[in-house]
Amino acid sequence: MSDYILEMNGISKEFTGTKALDDVNFKVERGEIHCLIGENGAGKSTLMKVLSGVYPFGTYEGDIVFEGQVQQFNEINDSVKAGIAIIYQELALFPDLTVYENIFAGNEIRKGPFVDWNETIVRSAEMLKKVKLNVDPETLIKDLGVGKQQLVEIAKTLSKDVKLLILDEPTAALNENDSENLLELLKELRSQGITCIMISHKLKEVISIADKATVLRDGKTICTLDAHKGEISETIIIKNMVGREIADIYPKRLDHQFGETVLELSDWSAYDSQLGRHMVKKANVHVKQGEIVGIAGLMGSGRTELALSIFGNPKKYKLQGDMKINGQPVHFKHTSDAIKAGIAYVTEDRKGNGLFLINDIKNNITAAHLKGISHRGVLNLNEEVKVGSEYRKSLHIKTSSLELAVGKLSGGNQQKVSLGKWLFTGPKILILDEPTRGIDVGAKFEIYTIMNELIKQGMSIIMISSELNEIIGMSDRIYVMAEGAITGELSREGTTQEAIMELATQ
Amino acid sequence: MSFLNEARFLIKTNIRDYGMYIALFVIMLTFSVMTDGLFMSSRNISNLLDSAGYIAVLAVGMTLVIVIRHIDLSVGFVAGFLGAVAAIFLTQMGMSVWLVIPIVLVFGIIIGLFNGFLIAKIGIPAFVATLAGMLIFRGALLNVTESTGTIIVNDDLFNALGNGFIPSLVEVNGLHLLSLLVGFIGIALYIYSEISTRRNKVKYGFDVISPQIFIFKLLFVSFIIGYITWVLAGYNGFSWTVVIMLLVVVVYHFLSTKTVLGRNIYAVGSNPEAAHLSGINVTKITMIVFGSMGMLAALSGILFTARLQSATTTAGTLFELDAIAAAYVGGVSSAGGVGKVTGAIIGAIVMASLSSGMNLLGVGISYQYMIRGGVLAAAVIFDVMTRKQRS
Repeated sequence: MSDYILEMNGISKEFTGTKALDDVNFKVERGEIHCLIGENGAGKSTLMKVLSGVYPFGTYEGDIVFEGQVQQFNEINDSVKAGIAIIYQELALFPDLTVYENIFAGNEIRKGPFVDWNETIVRSAEMLKKVKLNVDPETLIKDLGVGKQQLVEIAKTLSKDVKLLILDEPTAALNENDSENLLELLKELRSQGITCIMISHKLKEVISIADKATVLRDGKTICTLDAHKGEISETIIIKNMVGREIADIYPKRLDHQFGETVLELSDWSAYDSQLGRHMVKKANVHVKQGEIVGIAGLMGSGRTELALSIFGNPKKYKLQGDMKINGQPVHFKHTSDAIKAGIAYVTEDRKGNGLFLINDIKNNITAAHLKGISHRGVLNLNEEVKVGSEYRKSLHIKTSSLELAVGKLSGGNQQKVSLGKWLFTGPKILILDEPTRGIDVGAKFEIYTIMNELIKQGMSIIMISSELNEIIGMSDRIYVMAEGAITGELSREGTTQEAIMELATQ
Repeated sequence: MSFLNEARFLIKTNIRDYGMYIALFVIMLTFSVMTDGLFMSSRNISNLLDSAGYIAVLAVGMTLVIVIRHIDLSVGFVAGFLGAVAAIFLTQMGMSVWLVIPIVLVFGIIIGLFNGFLIAKIGIPAFVATLAGMLIFRGALLNVTESTGTIIVNDDLFNALGNGFIPSLVEVNGLHLLSLLVGFIGIALYIYSEISTRRNKVKYGFDVISPQIFIFKLLFVSFIIGYITWVLAGYNGFSWTVVIMLLVVVVYHFLSTKTVLGRNIYAVGSNPEAAHLSGINVTKITMIVFGSMGMLAALSGILFTARLQSATTTAGTLFELDAIAAAYVGGVSSAGGVGKVTGAIIGAIVMASLSSGMNLLGVGISYQYMIRGGVLAAAVIFDVMTRKQRS
């Protein structure tokens, strides 16, 4: 009889219309390192949010049994009190405070009404020793590297008498050395009796550290693998992660010849001086006219950063390498230069940086190409309505009026507005970043159809997507990225999801 | 849809735009009743509009600054300082008015661009950068007036900007003919532009409001313009201040609604990141908006100096807060991307009406501040409520 510290039984969670979790069962034994694996959107984060009380009791179905008792967490504090701690990818530290202030932030050691700073410093030093971090507790967080910050975050968690530690992709932002240190530390903590759940995309890590691994796919538990029975191997995990067949949801496309190379990157690197690491490493990419090039990779693999570095570099990365458009070397100073050169970039985050939510549909469609509706800087507002109506018709934007604020549209229709905005600039190269995220199947099909229509007209498309079947179903050629580097180039024929996943988890 | 239903629908969907007109109407009506019509007398309205002028032009610029999610606290003392500079040019250096005004306006643009540079290029928060400017120009104003104290301006041409009226040509029944003509031309232009817009829309096959509502709107707005003209013509006619104010509104209204630049300003305010990714140069837009703010501050300084016929050591004190209040009453939203130039003018007139009405009623200055504060708070509450309703 196993000793389970945590049992999540029959957990289901629904968001308006879509089932994010569907009868998930997840059991963790005391003192083990249990990895939770799945594609983007498989439901890992949602499951952990249910566990930690971000989604309070009553908003999901099923039971959480922790330490033998059914728990009803109404807020995060309840799960913290029970001894569950989550460390998210984005660290929740105060960069301008010291290490010791951070470790006991919100959990201050008091002497009467005052904070006992001396005791705090002494206790912090103990915690730092526990996580094998050799820094002065009085160092400021911002002066530490990401790897060390991660350790401070763990020290902070340990100061709260934690029984179950959950790490959400802890090594995603770390370099190899820091990653290895972290994994060593987790093993050390295991020997001290702390149970650990780790969400990870890097299968090598999973193999090296996990006692057990549970695979989620489409909100369902697929299987739980046991390392001690020799069940954890790359092939088994990948097979379970992708599993499903490519359904026939992609429009048929007649074979056609590609034209000349329109975009070529050689040894293209982008360095983020704020984060202090390379977001894109020596990428060699080319795109031909009339081609759909898929860029696969997991979150944080540098796909979006690659797109941004091509599109006028709005994040001000330090760029290296050469970019050629139609054989001519180009150097963009601003996004407007990229637009002029015929590049369009439909962002991943429609609401955050893609659309002007409070402005109406026609305003949004013309926003990137006001030249098209103006003469000497003066707008022709009637022309604008005409342009809006045209895109409304050709892209099937479902709305009562062109004067509706874009924020009020559904995700699929917002995406079409976004697409319309960029098509109006008359691009030659269209970059689509997660073009179908968060939109329903019907709208997806429409967007695929539009894409096929566009390449028929001679446009080239770069499609970034986390959905492997979408990548395989739509692309002529596929680049796979991992940690900023292109780890492989695959042709449409004979590519499997397994092959992509293998390259993406390198 | 019947006439009343359509009217109700239009008011409901445009409540944000109509709200302050309704508020202004209610305020004017209340004061008229309470003062037995004294409030709406020719003389009072004329004075009211003149006293709103130098704040109104600031409010127009401030609206655009707030639309792009910034603030400019320096405008008050920039206006005071440049007003003093204008006075010095006119009196001590004996320069011609025709030279002084453009030079001072250019100074304003330079100061504004410098603010914009600090904010957009260096990345200093607008609040801090312009607070520094406020202190600097307060000092500069004291510095240039230190030796002389108040500088009296004797140039009639210049002083006319703040006190003078357009010539009347002939008086008809005590009404000033030229002012009447200006009013009529205004009405004619308004009707013409409305009809041509509507024709154009029909030509493109777009929806237009029903003919009844359209005619009602034409008549109503024409009546308002006509009434104000008639009221003003009964005193001294249109003042130069009102003419300049109208000119600023017309130009800025056109800029903000009908040009690429205006559209880009609102895009930057609505979502700066999306604007950048749409190829809009956010830095440049920020510089332009602050440059325009500086120019309007200079204009405000000129109007104020002309109105007092002198440059004083305290000119410009609290102008910036009055302008910000007027902009907010006029419907600008601090969340960015929302706010109209016409609203700013209405906001300035609302605030001036409150002062004028309360003065007529003999309300103590202490209560006046409280009431104006209350109106400002109410305006912003209204903004927040209608915003919630919309999203």
